[in-house]
Parts: sequence; structure tokens; C-alpha cells
Amino acid sequence: MTATTLEKTAVDKAATVEFRGLRREFGATVALDGLDLTVRPGEFLALLGPSGCGKTTALRMLAGFEHPDSGEVLVDGEDVTRVPAHRRDAGMVFQSYSLFPHLNALDNVAFGLRMRKVGTAERRSRAAELLELVGLADKGDRFPHQLSGGQQQRIALARALALRPRVLLLDEPLSALDAKVRLTLREEIRRLQQELGITTLFVTHDQEEALSVADRVAVMRSGRLEQCAAPAELYGRPATAFVAEFVGTMSRIPGRLSGDTVEVLGVRLPADGTLPADGVVDVLVRPEAVQVAADGAGDARVIAAAFLGAATRLTVRLADGTEVKADLPTHEAAALGAGTAVRVSLPERPVLVAGRPA
Amino acid sequence: MARRLNPWRWVVLGLAALYFLVPLAASVVFTVDVPGQGVTFDAYSQIVSTEGFGSSLLLSLELAAATIALVLLLMVPAMVALRLGAPRLRPVVEVLCSLPLVVPPIAFVAGIATVLKWGPEYLSRTPLFETFVAIQNPSFPFVLVLAYVVMALPFVYRALDSGLRAIDVRTLVEAARSCGAGWPQALLRAVLPNLRGALLNASFLTLALVLGEFTVAQLLGFQPFAVWIYSVGGSQAQLSVAVSVLSLLVTWALLLALAGLGGRDRTASSRG
Ligand SMILES: Nc1ncnc2c1ncn2[C@@H]1O[C@H](COP(=O)(O)OP(=O)(O)OP(=O)(O)O)[C@@H](O)[C@H]1O
Ligand SMILES: [Mg+2]
Repeated sequence: MTATTLEKTAVDKAATVEFRGLRREFGATVALDGLDLTVRPGEFLALLGPSGCGKTTALRMLAGFEHPDSGEVLVDGEDVTRVPAHRRDAGMVFQSYSLFPHLNALDNVAFGLRMRKVGTAERRSRAAELLELVGLADKGDRFPHQLSGGQQQRIALARALALRPRVLLLDEPLSALDAKVRLTLREEIRRLQQELGITTLFVTHDQEEALSVADRVAVMRSGRLEQCAAPAELYGRPATAFVAEFVGTMSRIPGRLSGDTVEVLGVRLPADGTLPADGVVDVLVRPEAVQVAADGAGDARVIAAAFLGAATRLTVRLADGTEVKADLPTHEAAALGAGTAVRVSLPERPVLVAGRPA
Repeated sequence: MARRLNPWRWVVLGLAALYFLVPLAASVVFTVDVPGQGVTFDAYSQIVSTEGFGSSLLLSLELAAATIALVLLLMVPAMVALRLGAPRLRPVVEVLCSLPLVVPPIAFVAGIATVLKWGPEYLSRTPLFETFVAIQNPSFPFVLVLAYVVMALPFVYRALDSGLRAIDVRTLVEAARSCGAGWPQALLRAVLPNLRGALLNASFLTLALVLGEFTVAQLLGFQPFAVWIYSVGGSQAQLSVAVSVLSLLVTWALLLALAGLGGRDRTASSRG
């Protein structure tokens, strides 16, 4: 890839995107229930959430394929809710393979330029540059059915970038690909995005994917925004129990809340986040925060161990039957086979609490 | 795939060939072999030189072209819109489009004739009267095109439906629109090229239908090719057989021409 290619493709000034109170119903299902979200200029934002929470609907509203019942979409402070899709200036990569089957790779990439009446020579040279940008300069004359899934999605990416859009929309572009291609392609998308500095929305339901590539991750739940934060913050300080359990692994340990401290596993720890009413609550803990030590007098038992490489994840059953997951360095875990009596403790740090589900 | 030369295949093929080719060959022999004169193509040259051959064939071709154009202009946007906007209405449209199959042409033409007769009486003072006259112009009876469009609906519907099933219309349209194409452009540049096969099939079926249609044209008193063939063939046995052989050949030639036309730059886009 050459410097000139980048210069020509890089956006002059990245756009801000704002969703304001977006609402959309399909018959009885509420796909979006007042979504508020701001994407900063040049940011790579991942939209994460369980299936059916409205991620695709939100993205399609920005692309102009779906219209809100109420609320508005703003790009650079300008309301685009009524602008038709083909004038939105948003490049999109779809979940399913979406290349035009009757055009070869080069013509697919050049399609948008053709719609904009760019001259043949310029069109071809620019399409060739874009193919080079996604590393497929030699595949320009191949038709979609002659390309692998990963190659097709790269070409789709080049096609989406051809018109120098103000925002790039990616709707689970990797979900149809195998694990290895997913990994390399998501890194490539990230690299391209950083080089071009284009505001990007990336929809996924794979939390690992979201955390590893995005600047910020917006977690959605049934049509609303649950939390939008940088990956480290989302993981370390989840705002709600839903986010905590959706992002990474969480165990729930019963505790007793009084005031702003919670008594759990025989110690009293400060409680964090929005607190439920005093009484019996669940304390949410990450496996790496749980300490496990062999103790003949302990009333907890190791019931399973899963080898993860450098760490081993133990599943421990407490006296009251609660199962807790704990990550230990593999060499320490070796001594704690299934059935070992152990003692479970937590570090002296604030913990997240949540009301007990009924 | 190694195709074994299964003897049964040959038996079936042979029987089918016999079934189709023997009567055809017999007809051809009958028309060229005049007892006492040896082989002669008189019957054929007589047809071609008979008054009305060129004009009726031309009329049929014009009618076919107009019908194909009209029915595709009507059905392609309608079916794409149906797929994108109201997929649940599909069974309704399917039934509607199949109705012409169950209405016998004879009933259909009786209806048309009644309307054509009664319309002008009621509308004699309105500009619609002129329309009624214009669509019955014998040099290009547009009323036949209208009738053929209706009769072609079931075939065109099925051909287009199978074509649309094979592609993801919604994604193609949305991809085109996100590349800056308006609705007409998206349809023209992203959907239609991928419906090529279906469009060709629909045109084929419509062409065959129009070329062979006799009842409606005859009863409304127009003279396209099929009606003309009937009128010249009626008097002489040899001539009438020659005429049917000829009409078969003409239809084949036209279908081949259409296939050649549509398939020319298909090699590039053929999908694997
Ligand atoms: N065109 C539509 N007609 C009817 N219901 C729809 C339509 N589009 C979306 N929905 C419904 O709206 C809800 C949100 O759908 P959406 O596609 O936005 O979910 P998603 O978060 O993208 O899920 P996934 O991860 O499975 O793709 C779902 O319950 C879905 O069934
Ligand atoms: Mg989705």
C-alpha cells in the first residue's frame, strides 16, 4: 500500500454520529426503545448485544434503509432522518455476501463511482487503488463466485470505501467466515480504519471481537443502550449486572447488603455501582478476582477444572451450593484436582452487587 | 461426474425421438415428395409467395415484441416491489397471475368481444371512443397485446419468481443504494443483470405463446401468423401440412435467435 493511496482515501474530517431517542416497532416487537448514542469523530465503535436487541436496526437507520417511528439520526449535527439512503454518504458492509454477482471485483468496487458518473479511466484507477488497499490487487478480474468468503468481504469493504463515505457501517461482516480468517480480517479492518480515520460502527454479538478492536463498545439490551465505554472500563467497571454478565464471565455469590457495604464469604467489602435495597443480594465477581486456596477445613469443593493455557479455570461449589468460577495460574491449579476441599476468598476491593433474580 | 452410458437412457431417448421425429419426418416427406414428380419444394415456395405471408409474420413478431415489453415492464417492478415491500401478499398475487390458466381462451375472448362492442355505444361522445377505435386498428391491433399480456401472466410470473428466488434482492438493492444508486438505478444496474436468465425465460414463453395463439386473434377478426396459416392451409392437404412444418421451423428459429441474443455475453457472468 502506498502513501498516495491513503492520502486519497483518507477522510478530510471525520464525522460525528448521534442517535437521539430512536424508537422503532415491528408489529408487537419493539426493536429500538429510545436509543441514545453518540459516536465521536474518527472513532471505532462496536455495537454489542444479544441477538434481537436491535443492533442491525440501529445501523440500518443510519444507512437510511429503516426509518424511526420517532427520534432522529444526526451526522455532524445535521438531521439526516429524511435523507434517502443513496445520499447518506455511508459505506456499508453487509453480513451476507453482497457483491453484485454479475460484476467482477474491480467493477464491484467501481460501482459507486459509476453511479456518481466518474469517468472510466479515473474510476478504474481508483478501484484498483482500493483493491490494493485491501490486499487484493491481483483479483480484480475475478467474479464473486470465484472468490473466498474472506476475499468477498474485503472487496465489499473496498466497495464501501470507494466513495469516501463519512461513516463506515459494518454489520457483522465476519460472522460468515471461519475463525482464522475472522481474526486476521478484523485486525485488518481495524488497521484500515485507523489509517483512514473514518468514523466506524461495527455491529457484532461476539464480545471478544468487540473488546479487541473497538475504541469504545456500546452494549445494547432490548432496544436501549446499557453502557458505552472503552473496553477496559466496560470489563473492569461494568455499569450494570447485564453488562457485567454479557461481557466476560461473571459468577454470582450471595451476600448481604447493608448501607454501602456488603458481607460476602465472611468479609465485609465496599459495594460499587447503583445499589439495590438492603438485604440479600448477589455479588458479581470475575474469575480472575476469585482466590482459591487448598484448605482441609474449607467447606467448598473443586468440582471441575478446565485448562485454558497459562491459566486454569476451576469451578468451585460453595457450601450453599453456589458455583463460582476462578482462574488460577496452571501450576497452582495442578494441586487442586476435582474433589479437593478449598477456601474461597475475595480481594479487599469494591465489588459489584445486583439484586437477586426472582 | 462420470456419466455412465446407461442403456436405459438410450432407450428412453430413442423412444422420445421416435415420438417427436417420426411424425415430423413424415410430414416433411409428405410435403416434398409429390407422387410422379419426385422431390420438389413447390409446396413451400407456394406458401412463401402466398399473399399475406410476410405481413402476418411481421404482425405476429410486432405483437410478440410489444407483449414481451409490456408484460416485463409491468411484472418486473411489481414483483421486485412485492419481494421487498409485501412478501406476505405473494400467494395472493400468485393466484391472481394464475387465473388466466383456468379461464378458457374462448370465454376470455367472448368477454373482450362484448366489451369492444358495447364500449363504443356508451362512450361514443367521449374521447375514450377514439381509444376503442385505435386499439382495434387492424395493422396493429393493440387489443391483442392487452389480451396476450393477460394470457402470458402465469408463465411470466413463474419465470420471474424462480429468478428472484435465486438472488438476494434486498441485499443487492441495499448494497447498490449504499453505493449511491437511486431506486431506478439499483433496479437497473444491480437487480436486472442478475435476472437475465429469468427475463429470457419469460420472453421465450411469451414469444411462443404469441406466435402460436389462434383463438383470440381469430375470433376478434385479426390476422397474425397463426390465423393466416390456418386460412391458407385449409384448402389443400399438402399445403396445410407444409404450413404447419413451416410454422414449427419459424418458431424454433425465433427461439434460437432469442437465446443467442440473450446468451451472447453471458459467458462472463455465468455463475458457478
Ligand atoms: N423487517 C422486520 N420486520 C419485523 N421484525 C423485525 C424486522 N427487522 C427486525 N425485526 C425485529 O426487531 C428486533 C431487532 O432486530 P435486529 O435485526 O435489529 O436485531 P440484532 O440485534 O441485529 O440481532 P442479531 O444479532 O440476531 O442480528 C428483532 O426482534 C427482530 O425480530
Ligand atoms: Mg443483526
